[in-house]
Amino acid sequence: MSDKNLDKKVKLFNKPFSFHVNVDSFLPATEEEKKQQVLMRESVSFWKDGFRRLWRNKVAMTCVFVLATIIISVIIIPMVWPYDYDEQLGVVQGQAVDPSYSNLRPFEYGETELGIIEDGGSVFPHIFGTDAAGRDYFIRVIFGARVSLSVGFFASIIVLLIGTIYGSISGYVGGKTDLIMMRVVDIIYSLPDMLVIILLSVVLNQVFKDALANTIFASLGANMISIFIVFGLLYWVGMARLIRGQILSLKEQDYVLAARSIGASHGRIIKKHLLPNAISVIIISTALQIPSAIFTESFLSFLGLGVSAPMPSLGSLASAALAGVFSYAYRLVIPALFISFIVLSLNLLGDGLRDAFDPKMKA
Amino acid sequence: MNSKMMSYIIKRILLTIVTIWLIITITFFAMKAIPGGPFLSEKAVTQEVTDALNEKYGLDKPIFEQYTTYLTDILHFDFGPSLKSRGRVVIDIITEGFAVSGKLGIIAAGIALTLGIIFGSVAAIHRNKLIDNTIMVSTTAFVAMPSFVIGSFLLLVFCVYWKILPANGDLPGGLILPVIALALYPTAYITRLTRSSMLDVLQQDYIRTAKAKGVSYYLLIFKHALKNALIPVITYAGPMIAYILTGSLVVEKIFAVPGLGRAFISSITNRDYPLIMGTTIFLATMVVLMNLVSDLLYKVVDPRIDFK
Repeated sequence: MSDKNLDKKVKLFNKPFSFHVNVDSFLPATEEEKKQQVLMRESVSFWKDGFRRLWRNKVAMTCVFVLATIIISVIIIPMVWPYDYDEQLGVVQGQAVDPSYSNLRPFEYGETELGIIEDGGSVFPHIFGTDAAGRDYFIRVIFGARVSLSVGFFASIIVLLIGTIYGSISGYVGGKTDLIMMRVVDIIYSLPDMLVIILLSVVLNQVFKDALANTIFASLGANMISIFIVFGLLYWVGMARLIRGQILSLKEQDYVLAARSIGASHGRIIKKHLLPNAISVIIISTALQIPSAIFTESFLSFLGLGVSAPMPSLGSLASAALAGVFSYAYRLVIPALFISFIVLSLNLLGDGLRDAFDPKMKA
Repeated sequence: MNSKMMSYIIKRILLTIVTIWLIITITFFAMKAIPGGPFLSEKAVTQEVTDALNEKYGLDKPIFEQYTTYLTDILHFDFGPSLKSRGRVVIDIITEGFAVSGKLGIIAAGIALTLGIIFGSVAAIHRNKLIDNTIMVSTTAFVAMPSFVIGSFLLLVFCVYWKILPANGDLPGGLILPVIALALYPTAYITRLTRSSMLDVLQQDYIRTAKAKGVSYYLLIFKHALKNALIPVITYAGPMIAYILTGSLVVEKIFAVPGLGRAFISSITNRDYPLIMGTTIFLATMVVLMNLVSDLLYKVVDPRIDFK
């Protein structure tokens, strides 16, 4: 824009009530001005930007790779593996139990299997051997990882839902409602979670044992249900606090005022304007919730309060292996390593997500 | 100490009292929700015997009266008799077990604080050098390991392969491994905490001023930097006690330590309800009180904190 042009505009600005039309403003744009409007680079969306950062983070991408491998294998391997996690190999209907299948070391075979091999047949190897009840240990570890991962995932979903709803209502409504709701959160927050979880799983286990007997939840086991209930009761408070803090600052923004002025309902403002703007915080804390849920589940399983037998979880496998640790140490090491790897990569991935998606971290 | 601070402290104490009351209430009603009642166990007993037992333990009274009785009993540190260990009261089992677990916990906490602060400061001072990277990688690994994994590995290495320490907590030297198992995670956590807060402090202007004044290196690190860097560590004191108390459940199971954790676990498997209730309330109260202390200490130590 030329200097002369600018001068005129300034003059006009100084006389706001003048009806003088500035003719220059209506001239067709010059080539130079048009060039300024051309996009040099496409604008980057929030997601694209975040994923590009994540992609560049080597540690986080390694974790994504490790986790993807584990997740794909826990889904596919049980489908194609010739043994089942609760299949006792030494037990055949109508025959005496074959003790040669119990406590096999890795790549050893039971008696009948050795017979087949001698006859020239092939038997699928027991990569990690078998456990005391003659069950293929590899498939039990894989299935245990599947149980642990799904507990972590679903527990985080529960936490996410309850925490988001509670936190956004508390932050949005504000005032006395907020005060009361946050006092409740404070009290739940200060409960020692592990102890309450242990207590509740003891109790809920007893309560649900009979009620669940013939329902679809029976295979899940009363302990699993109580773990989810406990998560729903206790663990959402951290998430609720976080979301409330976000909503408190976001609701003062102009776009919320604008939405309200055109008559948007409260629910719509929360859903369409506030939560999407808090999405980075929500993603990050959900991602970090998964390892803590896996931790809790394995802890409970280790104490004998987790998933019910014969279903394995990494914690219960480690717990069962502890009894025979002097002879079969690898049975303890394998699930322990698995759980450490899963938790470690989830933690590091969570850190990576924070670096990638947290708007405050952008340099 | 101003009035704002007083009101904060009073509010915090009230919150703690409500929390403890809530824990007792949850425990009480949770136990009542268990179907069958405590005497409906393995052996078939006649109706008269059940009635007599119910009357003896006050279980025939209306539930609210049982609740108030229980509350007043607890205020007198009376947790009732154990159902499975005949002739023993719950409070005796708790104090006996806590004598062992408490010793274990205090030693572990002491080790964690000392080593954590040392490692953290060393890492921060030698930022991005080999020693810092080593410390950070190993602490990241330890933070990702559940307590039972750490305990199991220690058991494997020292008792199964090297056979240099006993695996049983009753034997002499048997408490070494449980202490290490309990201390590893808090040590790693405190190291990370100290490192990040130390890095933060070392960039402050007053450190540059002190350096410019010609303050000696050790005085700079210990008096100017470390003293301020340790404030965030105080906030971890409460969670650390909580971790050590719950972690002791697992560690005492692994190493067969005759402590409160083992008593708690066996009370769960035996369904000794008064013992479960007593131990839960005892441990939870400990955790809540420690949180209160560390919170208050934090606010007192750091004058910058705003009281809301």
